[in-house]
Amino acid sequence: MIEVRKLSKYFGFTRAVQDLSFTVEQGEVLGFLGPNGAGKTTTMKMLTCYLPPSSGSATVLGYDILSDSMEVRRRIGYLPEKNPLYHDMRVEGYLSFVARLKGVDPSSVDGAVDGAVERCGLSEVRRSTIGTLSKGYQQRVGIAQAIVNDPRLLILDEPTIGLDPRQIIDIRKLIRELGENRTVILSSHILPEVSQVCDRIIIINRGRLVAVDSPENLRDRLRRASMTRVRLRDAAARERAEELTRSIEGVMMIRADASADDGAVMVVESAPDRDLREEIARRLVGAGVPLLEIYNEELSLEDIFIRLVTEEEH
Amino acid sequence: MRTLAALYRREIAYYFQSVTAYVVIAVFLLISGYFFFSIFRYYNFLSLQYMQSDSPAGELNLIDGVMRPLLGNISILILLLLPLLTMRLLAEERKQGTFELLLTYPVSDAAAVGGKYLAALSVYAVMLAGTLVYPVMLAVFADPELFPVVSGYLGIFLMGASFIAMGIFFSSLTGNQIVAGVSTFGAALFFLIIGWAAPFVGTGLAAVLAQISLLYHFESFSKGVIDTQDISYYVLLTGFFLFMTVRSLESARWRS
Repeated sequence: MIEVRKLSKYFGFTRAVQDLSFTVEQGEVLGFLGPNGAGKTTTMKMLTCYLPPSSGSATVLGYDILSDSMEVRRRIGYLPEKNPLYHDMRVEGYLSFVARLKGVDPSSVDGAVDGAVERCGLSEVRRSTIGTLSKGYQQRVGIAQAIVNDPRLLILDEPTIGLDPRQIIDIRKLIRELGENRTVILSSHILPEVSQVCDRIIIINRGRLVAVDSPENLRDRLRRASMTRVRLRDAAARERAEELTRSIEGVMMIRADASADDGAVMVVESAPDRDLREEIARRLVGAGVPLLEIYNEELSLEDIFIRLVTEEEH
Repeated sequence: MRTLAALYRREIAYYFQSVTAYVVIAVFLLISGYFFFSIFRYYNFLSLQYMQSDSPAGELNLIDGVMRPLLGNISILILLLLPLLTMRLLAEERKQGTFELLLTYPVSDAAAVGGKYLAALSVYAVMLAGTLVYPVMLAVFADPELFPVVSGYLGIFLMGASFIAMGIFFSSLTGNQIVAGVSTFGAALFFLIIGWAAPFVGTGLAAVLAQISLLYHFESFSKGVIDTQDISYYVLLTGFFLFMTVRSLESARWRS
């Protein structure tokens, strides 16, 4: 579907993207994750044929982004980060204008507009002027504009930025629906979003690829230790619990959780594949130590992301 | 071609849905009406004087006395007004970011420039058509020669066409409409008055300056002479700036 080979983009002496290589399979929903300024938008602009790469190459749907750019542009849908729209136009007028520009056959323009309006839930506002719509609706118009030519590939740059939580949920739902029969690439710096919506994640930082994998695999791969958090009644109980736990096989480190004010929480780190909850509970209860709570803590994608991105900087 | 038509329709709709086109056309017709009134009034005054004196009035005719000064004044008016019509064409899209989206559609740069250019040109044609009432009035009350009127209008239309091409070119260079408008005005005025320096430089350079002057080539049109040399001048000037606009869009991709 998409093949990117050693793609680089320089702006003067700044390198925005460097030696980026990856592939995207048909039907995939791919997330582009990275801090602001990591090169996500630049990469998307190159894939949509807006910016020519400084070096390297990429093919989209089998067409080269430089030599066959018209073929690529005919077959994709793109929502830029700022969602630029003609605010003076009406929704349906705008969509039919875009459909014509994208080379939709004149006889099927009306059908294409109706389809996009329905898909994006714009029926109520199809005659409204775009400038008067709420930001959530404008975002839908932006997505409708991208899908009006029924592209097999959708590229969405930060599709939920600046929306309220309700609108974010709606747009994510829409993206998931659109991803059912299309390939979608979306960028985001919001981690839960990417892990909810995407099959695969590409993490980039400072223009370089840091990791590519499914959200689950990324989590597994980077979990170097599993953490068990044990809440006791007070600090004294915690000290006794530490002594009892220390001798359990597989325990790597025990410390008090600094974020708990009363000092009654103990954190036990162990090898990733060991679950110590049962053993800890047995020992503490056996010795009569007042145990209130015990749970395994999962490393969040956020932790992984920050870990990856900061490691890159060293 | 279809994309060009879609862009053309969108631009025309913008001109006439916003008040831009109406205001520009209204101001243009108001001022050119005043020009016609005062020029015609003066012509009237001259005719009366000739009637009262014995001197021959052979040099007085409606073309030299009314149409040529009228079209000359209109050329200054379009110099002032056309940059206002063209300055937003690409600058606004660039500023609002819609330009980026447009360039990811399967639209060639030439079609994008062509659609917008033709839209502005059409508004200009409507403007100019409004002034046709004056020669019609002349024809009702007197008997002006038809051909110099036609050639004069062809000349002023071609001059406006080249101003619009300059306008879209400067609009492609910047996201700031004021900058685009002022640059267009400056360039158009420059081409209009460059011939003024001709008498003060050597004969070789003088010929060159005269040849690149807009006024020099307009002169023969207003006299009723349609010369391929003058037509090619305007066509080349227009084509040059349109070509530069397309190149500028192309280079914008590489520069940004």
